[in-house]
Parts: sequence; structure tokens; C-alpha cells
Amino acid sequence: MNIQDILLMRHELFLIFAALVVLVFEIATDDSQKSIITPVALVLFAIHTVVGFLPLTEGSIFGGSFHTTNLISLMKDILNVGVLIILIQATKWINMSANKVKISEFYILTFTTLAGMFFMISSGDFLMFYLGLETATIPIAALAAFDRYKNKSAEAGIKLILSSTLSSGILLYGISMIYGTTGSVYYSEVARGLTSADSLQVLAMVFFFAGMAFKISLVPFHLWTADVYEGAPVSVTSYLSVISKGAAVFIFTIVLFTVFKVVAPLWQDVVYVIAIATMTIGNLFALRQTNMKRFLAFSSIAQAGFILLGIISGTSLGMASVVYYVMVYIFSNLGAFGVVSIISAHTGKEDMTEYNGLYKTNPKLSLALMLALFSLAGIPPVAGFFGKFFLFTAAAQKGYYILVLISLLNTIISLYYYLMPVKAMFINKNEEPIAFFKSDIASKVAILMCMAGMVVVGLSSTFFESILKYCFGI
Amino acid sequence: MFVVVPVLTTLGILCTKDLKGTRIVSAIGMGIQLLMSFNLLFRYFAERKVNAAEMLFQKSYMWYESLNIHYTVGVDGIAVAMILLTSVVVIAGVFASWSTKELPREFFTFLILLSSGVFGFFISLDLFTMFLFYEVAVIPMYLLIGIWGTGPKEYSAMKLTLMLMGGSALLILGLLGIYFNSAPDGGQLTFNIIEISKVHIPIEAQRFFFPFLFVGFGVLGALFPFHTWSPDGHASAPTAVSMLHAGVLMKLGGYGCFRVAMFLLPEAAQEMGWIFLVLTTISVVYGAFGAIWQKDLKYINAYSSVSHCGMVIFALLMMNKTAMDGAILQMISHGLMTALFFALIGMIYGRTHTRNIYEMGGLMKIIPFLSVIYVIAGMASLGLPGLSGFVAEMTIFVGSFQHQDVFHRVCTIVATTSIVVTAVYILRVVGILLLGPIKNSHFEELKDASWWEKTSLLTLLIAILIIGIAPFWLSNMIQDSLTPIVTRLSILQ
Repeated sequence: MNIQDILLMRHELFLIFAALVVLVFEIATDDSQKSIITPVALVLFAIHTVVGFLPLTEGSIFGGSFHTTNLISLMKDILNVGVLIILIQATKWINMSANKVKISEFYILTFTTLAGMFFMISSGDFLMFYLGLETATIPIAALAAFDRYKNKSAEAGIKLILSSTLSSGILLYGISMIYGTTGSVYYSEVARGLTSADSLQVLAMVFFFAGMAFKISLVPFHLWTADVYEGAPVSVTSYLSVISKGAAVFIFTIVLFTVFKVVAPLWQDVVYVIAIATMTIGNLFALRQTNMKRFLAFSSIAQAGFILLGIISGTSLGMASVVYYVMVYIFSNLGAFGVVSIISAHTGKEDMTEYNGLYKTNPKLSLALMLALFSLAGIPPVAGFFGKFFLFTAAAQKGYYILVLISLLNTIISLYYYLMPVKAMFINKNEEPIAFFKSDIASKVAILMCMAGMVVVGLSSTFFESILKYCFGI
Repeated sequence: MFVVVPVLTTLGILCTKDLKGTRIVSAIGMGIQLLMSFNLLFRYFAERKVNAAEMLFQKSYMWYESLNIHYTVGVDGIAVAMILLTSVVVIAGVFASWSTKELPREFFTFLILLSSGVFGFFISLDLFTMFLFYEVAVIPMYLLIGIWGTGPKEYSAMKLTLMLMGGSALLILGLLGIYFNSAPDGGQLTFNIIEISKVHIPIEAQRFFFPFLFVGFGVLGALFPFHTWSPDGHASAPTAVSMLHAGVLMKLGGYGCFRVAMFLLPEAAQEMGWIFLVLTTISVVYGAFGAIWQKDLKYINAYSSVSHCGMVIFALLMMNKTAMDGAILQMISHGLMTALFFALIGMIYGRTHTRNIYEMGGLMKIIPFLSVIYVIAGMASLGLPGLSGFVAEMTIFVGSFQHQDVFHRVCTIVATTSIVVTAVYILRVVGILLLGPIKNSHFEELKDASWWEKTSLLTLLIAILIIGIAPFWLSNMIQDSLTPIVTRLSILQ
């Protein structure tokens, strides 16, 4: 191993370095100077994001445990951009007096959990996979309980850690069964040893599936989602809903396409049923929500169901549409959460009925939220339309027309509830709408980045084409 | 270009500060659009003489290479006719909305954005792009009806949006089905309409996807029983929106039916056409009878639109040249007529604040200009020779009757009875509303049409007159472009 090999891990190394720098600042400053940590952390992460885009050589180290390819690097870059937007959005909240004591903890925990996810995505064997998963899970549960003075936040943290632990346990059990039946944990060797005739291996796959489905909030492993999203601080909710879910989707797709490709018909059937269940239940429950955070939580459950459409196809177009859709979903969801968090930070109001008549007083915020909701619903010309269309194309490529029909009907249902906030803001009348306020520069930058992303990523074909170049199918 | 101008107009509106600026920018923008469409018309005639290709003025830009999606545009005679229709109706709509008081900038922005979607739809030759513009045209409807509408506007807006998006959901399925079957002998899959029309798509795939496509477009074209969004939607919408929607958007459905569903899947169209023929016949008659019972002016016109748009699809399904020529003529003629009607109704409602015909009477004495135009519009609707309605309906029925077999003849006869029913409801309304004694003395102080309203109405009226008296230029243009479609369909007959 030489320096070239170590540099293959440059995403993770830089992240850990950044976390350590923040730690040093934490120790070196006293309470009054703590606010310097925020710009330091932001700059470090911005550098990290930019450095991530530099071209990378492919390779693997640690005997195959950690490998990186262009595709994996691309996935990490997408997640980086998402986290950058989240961090920019979080600056106002983190600088509030109640949180000032713990500024550095927020950044250290975020960097650590992201590093864990990067290890998970880059894994070459199940052991590194599990290591990354656990490194990612524990800090995120601490982040969910970040608001010390709110009961709901503590509840969110407990629910998250307990259910994460259970699902990780089941996942580990599955991994141990795989080791037991195939004699190895390396992906390539496991793939050779799998057959569909061995029922223990099938059980192992089911357990693996269950563990990952928890992370992606698929039905019936979604019950933690709404309460945790509602209780956690908005920045953490954004992180959970896009980054955590996105990373889990990435590694899920890669493992299914590489390790389990022999038994593809088995997991395709499972994905079929779960996709329908997830979309339908997510949509039906979202119809009834009035709290904006719960509303976005259920909508993101339904979105995960759509992502399964790309996975079920098993083609390179399928994988490309999944990666592309996660990118689009990051911009759209962060845009929506951004507006919700700004309104929540200024006025504390999170209920949809309180958004009535928002267009009259805060037109730009209303337009931003409308654009984000349209993107989530899949309406042109924003990127959500292209993302959904490519997912449908991937599923139709393998002849899953009935599934596409059901997803289309679900899109109609989702359009109804995505129009509910639009209706509230633009059409409903209100005696006392939320008064006009100026948002701070950081929140504006974050929302503008999201809106730019949503518009550009769809209309310009370079993003999808460059993703498709690196993807592979079964 | 046709898409660029409305988009630029929209951006221009966003820069204006007040009502006056908004109106001027919109009027200029849409005026330019109208001039461009006239220009296109003359250039088309010139080009047609030397170039016999199917689609003229084609331009193609590669968009998503891996899926072979291009931004391809091009026109033939039918598309040129539809573009003309749209530009006339849009500018009439802009003038009809001259006095919008609430949030005028946003209103004009969404209206023109909608029109850009419509223009894009008519000029696209690539299925993906066509579908994209279709969806762009649907969504502003929700906001336009929900914010500026009247009556149960939220309910109507949501119902309209959900049903139209339901249609588009079925469309995606059909489009993907066509795409994946577009190269049955190997070669590259494509979304391009012209290329797909040269390929023979396997019959099983055709049978599966044709209903989805036809129903998907039929929802927009008010095919029974998917028309239920139409009466409430039109009644609750503001004037210009109703004009644009009934006049142009419903024609998107008819256009899509023949350009996509029938052109690309001809065998399935032959096999399953009779089912939809029955449905359209029901639309025609049901719409007409529905209009007789209504008290509300807008509902009368909405049901009348269902009936006339049903006639369009009815004629398309007859699949011979005359009938299809009549169908396109009916699209244009009815588009202009219904826009005229909705404009008039909007102006009357703005003055009397009621749409109930029993509460109004003797308007001819009070607002003569509007009343006379209303009578002329009514005559056009029931097919008086000299106006465009006659040309269209005559051609449709002659073409439909050319079929020898019992089934088609029966359908034609049933549909023809709607002429009588149309006369009943038109004349009834004219009688109650315009003639007779003045019901409400408050109305005696109503003012007649203002200059912008006159402009709007006269624009439409002149177009109706031109088509009624001298339809041959239009008819020839359409017939030339119909040849490839009819050839494809009749090879199999």
C-alpha cells in the first residue's frame, strides 16, 4: 500500500480531517468565540465537495474491502452537494442561543455519519458494509435528539436508535447466514456461491432486504419515519430524508445488482409487491396530514416506492434512473424542507392551515415551495418530471407495464396532496396570514441552490447522460 | 420559435410593475405570435408547392441521446391550422381579460405560459417533447381556475386537474409502450413520430396500448364518460381561461387522438374504433340534451362543447378523408365559436352578475352590440351556411355517411339528430336572454361593449366568417396533410 492507494479514500479522509479540525476548534475556543466554528465547518465542507469532483482512479484497497469506482465517486459527490445545502440551511438554526453550546457537536456528528455512509457505499464486503452502516446510524440518532428542550426530539432519538438497532441486528443475522452458507463475506465470492435452491440463503437475502428496507423507509418497515421526522430538528429531518435514504438506496442497488444477481427473479418479485405497497400506503397516509413535516415524511415514503421501480428493472438504465432520481429528489425535498424550516424558524408554525394566504405576504417563498412540490409530484418542466419518466421507462423496458400503471395512478393521488399546500398558499383566504419577513442570506442561498438544481438538472441532458455512462445492469 | 415568444412574453410580464404594463406586454407578445402564425401560413403555402415531404420546416436538436429523445419540431397543414387557431384565441383571450383586477400579473403570466405549452404541443414531432408540453399546458389550469374562478372553483379546479392528469398518466403508459415497440426488426428505439409511423408495430402491442392512448387523449377531448371535468371546469373558470380551454385545449385531445393513437397504431384503431365510435356518438347526443336542461349560461356552453368536441372524435373515427377533413375543420370552427361564446358570456356576467338565463331578459335593447354578436355566434353553432359551423358539420356528415354498413350509418343518423337539438338550445337561450321584455330594471343602465371587448369579439367573428365563406384554402391545406394518415389507415381496410 502506498500513498496512491490511500488517496483512493480521499472523500472519507477529508471528512474525518474536517471533523477533527472542528474538534480542535471546539477545544481551543471558549464559549463566546464559538460562533467561529460555523463558517470554518462550512468552508471545510465546501472544499471537500469541490475536491470530490476531481477525477479519480478506480481501485480497491484493504484486500478488496474498500473499493471505489467512477460510479461510487459520483454517488458520493451527489450526497456531498446535498449535505452542503443542508449545512447552509442549518446555519441560522445552529446559531440560535439554545444551540450555541453544541455547535461543534452538530458538525462533528454530521461529518461522522456521512463518513460512515461513504464507507458503506464503497464497501467491497459485508463487513465493511456493516461497519459503515453502524458508523452512520449512531450519530444520526444523537442528531435526532439534538433539541434538548423538546420532548418530541428526545422521542425521535429513542425511536430511531431502538428501531435502527433492531433492524441492524436482523441485517447482521442475515450477513452471518450468508457467511455460513457461502464461506466468505466478499461480494464477488458470495455472488459465486449463491443459488436460489438454498433456502437458508434465501432467508439471508430476506433479512438483508429487511434491514435495508428499514433505512429506506419501505413499507412495512416505515413506521418510525413519521414520528422521527416530526420530532427531530428540521436540518436533521432533511438529512434523514434525503442523504440517509439516498445512501441506503445506492448501496442497496449496488448489492442487489452485483451480489444477488443470480437470484434476481426472487428479489424482483419481492420488490414488485413492496413497491406497490409503499407507494400506496405512503400516498394514502400523506393525504391526511396537516403538519408539514409529517406530510413531507409520508411523501418521502411514497417517493422511495417510486425509486424501487428503477431497481426492479435490473438494467443499466434502471440504475441510472435511480441515481438520477435520488439527485432530483435531493434538490426537491431540500427545497421543500428549506421553506418549511425558514417559516418554522421565524414563526414556529408548522401546520398547513397556517400557510393559508402565504402568497400575498411572502410571494417568493410560496413560489419556491410550489416549485419544489411540483418537482416532487413530477410536473414538467422541473426535474422531477424527467426523474419519474426515466424510472417509468426503466420499468417498462423489462415489460412491467402493470406496475407502471399502478405507479401512474399513485402519481395522480400524490398530485392531489402535493396541491394541498399550493392551494393553501395561493387560493385559501386568511384573516391573519404569516407576516412578511426577510430570510437571512444563508437560507436564501440554500433555497436558490435547490431551485437552480431542480430546473437545470432536468432541462440539461448532461447530468443524466454522465450518470448513465457509469451504470451497469445485471 | 413559437415556444420562445410566449416564454419571453412571460418573462417580460414579470418585469412590469403595474396593470397597464402587464396588459401592453401581453398584447404585444401575443400580437407578435399572431403575426408569426400568419407568416407561417404563407410560408407554408409557398413551401408546399415545391416540397412534398410529410412535415415541413423540421428542426431537430438532440436532447437525451441514450433514450433517443430529440427536441424535434415541424409542421404540416393541420398543425399550421391549429397554430393559427391558438394564436387567434389567445389574443382574443388577452383582450377579453383586459379588466382583470386581482393579481393581474400572475394571471397573464399563467395564461401565456399555458399557451406556450399548447404551441409546443402542436409543433412537436417527438413523443416525449409532445407529452412534456401537454403537461405544461395542464398545470397552470389549476391555479388559474382556483384563484381567479367563480363558484365552486376549488372543487372544479381540483377535479379538472386530477382528471386531466389521470389522462396523462394513461398517456405515459401508451407512449412507453410505443417506444419500446418502435423497432421490431432491430435498430434503434425512437420517440420520433414520423419514424415510428414508418414502422409496423406488432399487433398485440397495438391492441394493449391503443385504449390507453385513446382514452388518455379522449379525457382531454371530452369523450363520454370521461368528460365530467368539463362542465364544472368551464363554468368555474374565468373568461379567458374558458376560452382557451374549450377553444384550444380540448382540441389537443382530438389532435392527439389522430396524430398519435390512430396514426401510429392503425391496426388497433381499425379493430377497436367501433367501441369509441359508440362512446362519441353518446357524447354528441348527451352533450346536446344536457345543454337543453341548463339554466346557467356557462353550463349550457360547456355541455355544447362536450357535444361538438365529441363530434370531432366521431368524425376522426370514420377514417376516411372527407370525414377527417371535417373533423379538423370542426376543431377550428368550434374552437373559434366556443371562444366567442365564452367571451360573450363573461362580458354579460361581468355586467349583470348573474348567469341564470331566467333572471335576464330583453338584453337586446340594452346592450345591442353584445346581443347581436351573440345571435351570430348562435347561428354559427347550429350550422348556418355562411359561417364556419356549417362547413365543418356538413363535411363531417357527408364523410360519415360514405360508409355503407349499418353500424356506421346508424351512428351517423343518431349524431345528426344533435343538429336539431343544438338549434333548440341555442334558440331557446337567444329567446329568453336577448329578446322579450326586460326582466330586471336594474339592467337598464348597463353599458355596451368597451373597445377591448369589441376587439376580442370581432377578431373571433371575422375568423369565423372567413372560414364560413371561403373555406377552400383551409380545406386544401388540411386535405394534403391528411393523405399520409388516410393512406395508412385505408391500406388495411
